[in-house]
Amino acid sequence: MVIEVDKVDKVDQIIDQYAGEEGVLIQVLLDVQREFNWIPNDVIKRISERLQIPISQIYRVASFYKAMSLTPVGRHLVQVCLGTACHVRGGPKVLDKAEQMLDIKAGDTTKDMKFTLQRVNCLGCCALGPVMVIDGEYHGKLPVAKVEEILESYD
Amino acid sequence: MARLNSTSDLEELRQGILSQRDPTKPCITICSGTGCHAYGSENVAAAFRTEIEHQGLAEQIDIRRTGCHGFCERGTLVVIFPEEICYCNVQPKDVAEVVAQTARGNVVERLLYTDAATGEKVVHEHEIPFYKYQTRLVLGNNTKLDPKSIDDYLALGGYSALAKALLQMTPEQVLEEVKKANLRGRGGGGFPAGRKWETSRNAPDEIKYVIVNADEGDPGAYMDRSLMEGNPHSVLEGLVIAGYAIGSHEGYIYVRQEYPLAVENVTMAIRQAEEYGLLGEDILGSGFDFKIKVHRGAGAFVSGESSALMTAIEGRVGEPRPKYIRTAIKGIWDRPSNLNNVETWANVPLIINHGADWFSSIGTEGSKGTKIFSLVGKVNNTGLVEVPMGLTLKEIIYNIGGGIPKGKRFKAVQTGGPSGGCIPESLIDTPVDFDQLTKLGSMMGSGGMIVMDEDTCMVDVAKYFLDFLADESCGKCVPCREGIKRMLEILTDITEGRGKEGDIELLEELAEVIRDVSLCALGATAPNPVLSTLRYFRDEYEAHIAEKRCPAYVCKALVSYYIEPDKCQACMICLRNCPAEAISGTKNQIHVIDQSKCTKCGTCFDVCPPRFGAVKRLSGEPVPAAPTAKERVLARSK
Repeated sequence: MVIEVDKVDKVDQIIDQYAGEEGVLIQVLLDVQREFNWIPNDVIKRISERLQIPISQIYRVASFYKAMSLTPVGRHLVQVCLGTACHVRGGPKVLDKAEQMLDIKAGDTTKDMKFTLQRVNCLGCCALGPVMVIDGEYHGKLPVAKVEEILESYD
Repeated sequence: MARLNSTSDLEELRQGILSQRDPTKPCITICSGTGCHAYGSENVAAAFRTEIEHQGLAEQIDIRRTGCHGFCERGTLVVIFPEEICYCNVQPKDVAEVVAQTARGNVVERLLYTDAATGEKVVHEHEIPFYKYQTRLVLGNNTKLDPKSIDDYLALGGYSALAKALLQMTPEQVLEEVKKANLRGRGGGGFPAGRKWETSRNAPDEIKYVIVNADEGDPGAYMDRSLMEGNPHSVLEGLVIAGYAIGSHEGYIYVRQEYPLAVENVTMAIRQAEEYGLLGEDILGSGFDFKIKVHRGAGAFVSGESSALMTAIEGRVGEPRPKYIRTAIKGIWDRPSNLNNVETWANVPLIINHGADWFSSIGTEGSKGTKIFSLVGKVNNTGLVEVPMGLTLKEIIYNIGGGIPKGKRFKAVQTGGPSGGCIPESLIDTPVDFDQLTKLGSMMGSGGMIVMDEDTCMVDVAKYFLDFLADESCGKCVPCREGIKRMLEILTDITEGRGKEGDIELLEELAEVIRDVSLCALGATAPNPVLSTLRYFRDEYEAHIAEKRCPAYVCKALVSYYIEPDKCQACMICLRNCPAEAISGTKNQIHVIDQSKCTKCGTCFDVCPPRFGAVKRLSGEPVPAAPTAKERVLARSK
């Protein structure tokens, strides 16, 4: 795989911000995740070359943390909160419905790359539980019966 | 911006800021905490800006966006200073009226809080029961300042504790004051902060670190987030004071990437403090240097554990290590590292300003000061509450929280997050402090308080926490990695109707091993949710195992929904709302649930009009046969 030039530039820019600092791998990976929405293979190779850290070690970090993804994320990110408050208010039923409708399990992306479904452990807006967030838009106090309608409104 | 080189510089700046502010001028504050943000407070704030401009009132009315006010249930919250008139559930459409009436000095009645008990409108924030019973020492300033403005913090007396510590006290005196105040860590275990500081201080290395743990990962808890987002300078001030007491010149703030606003606000706060010389070299002319770096955490619950967090700061995978030598002595890069959570740090300036005697006059014998809880779940007033240690669970849940919604019965309250436990109704008069909660088999933790009603299955709750922990276990040690998984398998079997005799005993045995031999606190406390529910709700476990019955009708595999033919009025409501299209019927035909299609979501039960009450939940008994086609014809009595 040949890494594109502008991708290299972006990765280099990210790494250069941390010049001279110790222990920057996690911070670099978070920035990469934000830039590309996931952490592609060729980018890992570039980070390895630049930071002189073995690819295996970068993989280990990137696969350990929830905020990093080694697979591409869909156009719309659907997050269903299963924090304790949402759990006791019926969050699992919302997730069940979303899984059933999108025909994927939490953590996966639909084949057409339209939706990525995630279960998250508390979004800090417990008053709105159960809550589903799509691309940063909150759908709170959500009855199961409305899940379908909401998901269908995204294209 | 001029650097401050002495206490008098600081006071002069403060007076300068205050002299430009008219305390009688109306100021509209809009809560922009996470809860209100989710309600759309952005749009409300934008509407206020436009409307004030539009009505030509920019000179007469100030506007301020603040951090979390706490009363999340009623967001978007708007408070008008100086009277502190509190408006609830404010929408953009209400804004024009609020602006116009505020300019005339009037109150918009319809947006006021209505006391559920008396039916009366409550004008002022502090008179609302939710706030009235609180003591908001740490959280209180959230409503009064814009977290992005250091001047707002200074106007409220900010950084005076830092000046006092650096210029009037020796490091030993600061340490003694915190020890005397008996400030215990607000992040979980409640270890005395002063003693931890002393350990780091006495460790021989020249280079030491102080760290803010803002990796709040407990599901259902957002106290630290609200402080970091709403009043970041109070945390910085506490951290610098501790640096001075400990002899550390470098601080870290470990904050979750999932809290972008906290990252943004604290980063900005650091820059502002540096510009004023409240951070950096020779702070306030004292000769003390201190700098702070922000490190973003990447979403791993275990990384909130002290040794794991420090490993993550070093740039490696955030896993714990054995702590034969404590992190206070060998932490980041093997140097003494003192870690406390956000709320603990925010208490430090208060102690320095008001003294240890004042601080220890609040609270109980063993637990001093206040504690912030996120009161969530099946409770009327969801929100952040700060109360003196020693208030009872009942006072918190009923007086502040307003009790249980929809007239349901209180069943239990879960405290301490995944490391904590469930406390039953019979113990609701327990005063809340570190030691009391531990005695009940739960713990204070960071302050999550999740209220559960009769519709909550305690076996399911235990399973929920184990599921969370199995997912979050880093896998480094066997008892935690394998043990939690095995316990989860047993619980899954129990909740899915495959429970068998001996399961409870096996759970208890596994729990003991996991507790005793896990590497870190995640594993050591992981069995708590199971043990505490077994202790208080053993009968629920037994019902699941012996009768295949879920008393709360939660565990899907053990529950069925059934429409009682003699009660059904064929109103079509359940039929139309069923997300699985499992209900058949027409306007004149009694409805029937196709059990093979039913996903047991409970929607039909929720929407069936109470005057019919035709949908019945069954557990531990067979579903009666559906009525025949002839029996399904509804004879309407008209």
